[in-house]
Amino acid sequence: MTLWWIGDVLLLVVVLPVVVYLLKGVLDAASGIVPSVRRIAAAAQAGSKDLDAVPLLLTTQAHAKQTVEVVAGYGGSLDVIIDDAEEE
Amino acid sequence: MPAAGVVLIIAVLLIVLALVYYLVSTIFALRQITSGLDEAIASVVEIIEKSGPVADVVKDINANLDAGVDLLEGLLVKKAGLVDSMGLVEGLYPGAAAEGLRNFPDSQTVRPPRISEVYTKGTLTLARLGREAPIAAASPNGPVLRNIEGGSLDARSLYPENRQTRPEKLPKSPVIGTGAPVQYPPSEQRGGTTPDQAEIREKGQWAETAAEGIVPAELGGSDAPREMLAEDRQLGSSVLGGTTGSDEPATESGIDARAGDEADATSDGGPEPPNGAEPDLKDAAAAPRQVDADDRS
Repeated sequence: MTLWWIGDVLLLVVVLPVVVYLLKGVLDAASGIVPSVRRIAAAAQAGSKDLDAVPLLLTTQAHAKQTVEVVAGYGGSLDVIIDDAEEE
Repeated sequence: MPAAGVVLIIAVLLIVLALVYYLVSTIFALRQITSGLDEAIASVVEIIEKSGPVADVVKDINANLDAGVDLLEGLLVKKAGLVDSMGLVEGLYPGAAAEGLRNFPDSQTVRPPRISEVYTKGTLTLARLGREAPIAAASPNGPVLRNIEGGSLDARSLYPENRQTRPEKLPKSPVIGTGAPVQYPPSEQRGGTTPDQAEIREKGQWAETAAEGIVPAELGGSDAPREMLAEDRQLGSSVLGGTTGSDEPATESGIDARAGDEADATSDGGPEPPNGAEPDLKDAAAAPRQVDADDRS
């Protein structure tokens, strides 16, 4: 009978607090990850939104090509109408 | 049932309840984590998809811009020369010449001429473009706006004489000094024209002095023999200069000396006041200067 009482005391004084402590630690860790994951998701959404202007690079590409073509034409004209520098 | 058994059952129940509470809470937290990660992963996938073609597009843009830079640098150096190019770059963007041109490594060692100190940025730019720059407006052929040939010539006039093209229709300036084709002894001429006999008769005997020179050669004038001159050899150099030796006026119309014969200082000269304007008498009542008062006394 005494052994039964000893087992009861061990369960209530040792096993139960240890189980509660360990489970609470797991829950705290899981709860701490949640806000971090939410911030990561928000940052990823913002980054994705920032890249919405990427298709404009195609316009920039076309404009750069046209500009260089105009510069080439203008430079070619200058090459014709302006004499070269004299050799020193 | 013994009391110990009841207590045992209660203890086990408490443990089970604790397990259920914390495990269920953990499950909810993990589900939230899973949901957040799903959102993050979806956004990251969007980022990857959107940024995929960026590298190729940017590479193509850079290739085009590189071609433009190569073209402009090559054209500038070809037309202005490397040294003057660096001077132009330094004039337009102070400090940029130190970095040099990308395709011309020697440009970093070139000492850029100080072009911007002679011509302003605007003048340089306009002259380069040949568009109504002040230096181009003074062209004998008129303004060079849209005059391609004139614009080119006026742009070249920015450079020293050995790079200019002289206007073909203008007479060349007379050569004077020791390099003149006709040399006149200094005693024969001291500025102005050499007085002839009629001028000597009109002006008097003193004019003969001018005809002989201020210091005749026999008294050690400038055209005296070298042994009679002082040790200062520089007096015989080109710094003395000389006159043209010609009575031909320097300008087409010359100077009309008769213009001043009938001039009246009280009526001629000065600005013409508008009709009905009051004379400016603000200084009329001023006291005479002490020097003038002393002279009167």
